[in-house]
Amino acid sequence: MLTYIIRRSIMAVPILIGVATITFLLTFVFVPGDPVRMIMGQHADEATIDSIRDEMGLNRPLSVQYFDFVLKIFKGDLGRSYKTRRPVIESIAERFPATLRLGLSAMAVAIVVGITAGIVSAVKPYSVVDGIFMSLALLGISIPVFYLGLLLIVVFAVNLNILPVGGFGGGDIRYLILPAIALGTAQAARIARMTRSSMMEVIRMDYIRTARSKGLSEKTVIFKHALRNALIPVITVIGTQLGYLLGGTVLTETTFSWPGVGRMAVDAVQSRDFPMIQGTVLFMAIIFIVINLVVDLSYGWFDPRIRYE
Amino acid sequence: MVQKSKSNVIWKRLKKNKMAMVGLTITIGLLLIAIFAPAIVPYDPYTVDLSQSMRAPGQEGHLLGTDQLGRDQFSRLLYGARISLQVGIITQSISMVIGIFMGALAGYYGGKVDEFISYLINVFFAFPSLLFAIAIMATLGPGLNNIFIALGAVSWPGLARIVRGQVLQLKEQEYIEAIRALGGNDFKIIVKHILPNCMAPIIVTATLGVAGAILSEAGLSFLGLGAQPPMPSWGLMLSMGRTYVTTKTWLTIYPGLAIMITILGLNLLGDGLRDALDPRMKQ
Repeated sequence: MLTYIIRRSIMAVPILIGVATITFLLTFVFVPGDPVRMIMGQHADEATIDSIRDEMGLNRPLSVQYFDFVLKIFKGDLGRSYKTRRPVIESIAERFPATLRLGLSAMAVAIVVGITAGIVSAVKPYSVVDGIFMSLALLGISIPVFYLGLLLIVVFAVNLNILPVGGFGGGDIRYLILPAIALGTAQAARIARMTRSSMMEVIRMDYIRTARSKGLSEKTVIFKHALRNALIPVITVIGTQLGYLLGGTVLTETTFSWPGVGRMAVDAVQSRDFPMIQGTVLFMAIIFIVINLVVDLSYGWFDPRIRYE
Repeated sequence: MVQKSKSNVIWKRLKKNKMAMVGLTITIGLLLIAIFAPAIVPYDPYTVDLSQSMRAPGQEGHLLGTDQLGRDQFSRLLYGARISLQVGIITQSISMVIGIFMGALAGYYGGKVDEFISYLINVFFAFPSLLFAIAIMATLGPGLNNIFIALGAVSWPGLARIVRGQVLQLKEQEYIEAIRALGGNDFKIIVKHILPNCMAPIIVTATLGVAGAILSEAGLSFLGLGAQPPMPSWGLMLSMGRTYVTTKTWLTIYPGLAIMITILGLNLLGDGLRDALDPRMKQ
């Protein structure tokens, strides 16, 4: 197991280098215009600009800049913001807890609602309840998160006036409810569909028939025998969705003025603060790679037939 | 003849699936709206008339009301269908060209080529797609043309992975080996004999991809990074409506509804096509 973890972690290194390379190309090669001019404005004199270029290392050959960039990433240095001049990693560290809080809450909503709806639908397939759940799931997949967010605001914050319109509220849980539901809905829908189809497949299997014929209660059959096997593909979905959730909080954070990393990235785009944008993207990509690794390793717990060698 | 009967079978299967037919109807309706928008709009979607600003739906002949600049929302929504479909179709075309090319190359040649392309696919997959698109938009600047590039660049790996898997299976088939033995060149084998046999998953992925692209464009425009005013992009309209969400709800509700119905239609069609084209893929 330990060797597998180490091997998988080592395998992630080339991916990380690739991610860094693309980010570097986007920041330093494809960007039209001189980044220093962008920071200093059109009226700065050449001498000042040149000295700042020197200070930022932009006068060195591109290849040197590239290796420096990649090396720094491995040291946890994502550069400095053009706007605030603070290290990007510091700003991310400040904002990431809010994003994580939103992402994990949304995932909790998605898992609880999605798996419950999926099981109910699978146990009574083609029933009225199944029809309602699956129609809702279809709507959930099709509704844009920012639209759902605005609808929730109209209903719960404006008309019923029971929850706040947006903001962080210093960590008050009431501020978290609407954004978490908005962000979690699409995932809940995906998880519900996946759980249903996976459960229905497992329920048809011989060992479930055996369990039933032994006289076990339906509850035991479903929860102890069927669910654990049915959940394996669901976990893949949850895993990939968790990464997506953290990357996809951008829209929810903007809709609800939630002070997370995603909103910071959008603000950075508006002020053309490239190190901040690329730092955020890189950071999220790293989180994504780590999540995938954890998901991979968690299969063994759910399915002991899987051995890591 | 064989081809014709095959498409008949697929059409028959699709016809039996009610949800897929709903999806097909929505999609065709959307296409017709997009094509005939100039002929059917009651008002010019770009004409500013401040005397008509913020009319509620139904007032003074404005079926879905007007926005802050007095532009007719119904007309703007109909024109918005053009933008959405344009984004969906062009983005998917870019994604298909890159995805099929890369996937076919990797699957057919294997070895180092496959290793490199698979590596590239994995790298692209490591980026959260919307954030990646935002980063590309930051580099290129806002605007519809850049959206095509950004979303095309972000969405090809999914297709490439599917095509690679298909080609990998098909190239071992006896009929391919036979053509190769007869001296058929690689390009012809791939284009004429392999790709036509992996169209099913490509069509399904592309249909669902159109939905994804429309959703992403709406998202980027909602963030102010995509289509720019005065374009009647649904995402942009929603973003404008957001400012008045507490008082003028129609500015939010209808553009969002338009996006949702479009995505729903394409998802239903995509799911239906998957079931009809390859019953083994049925979920």
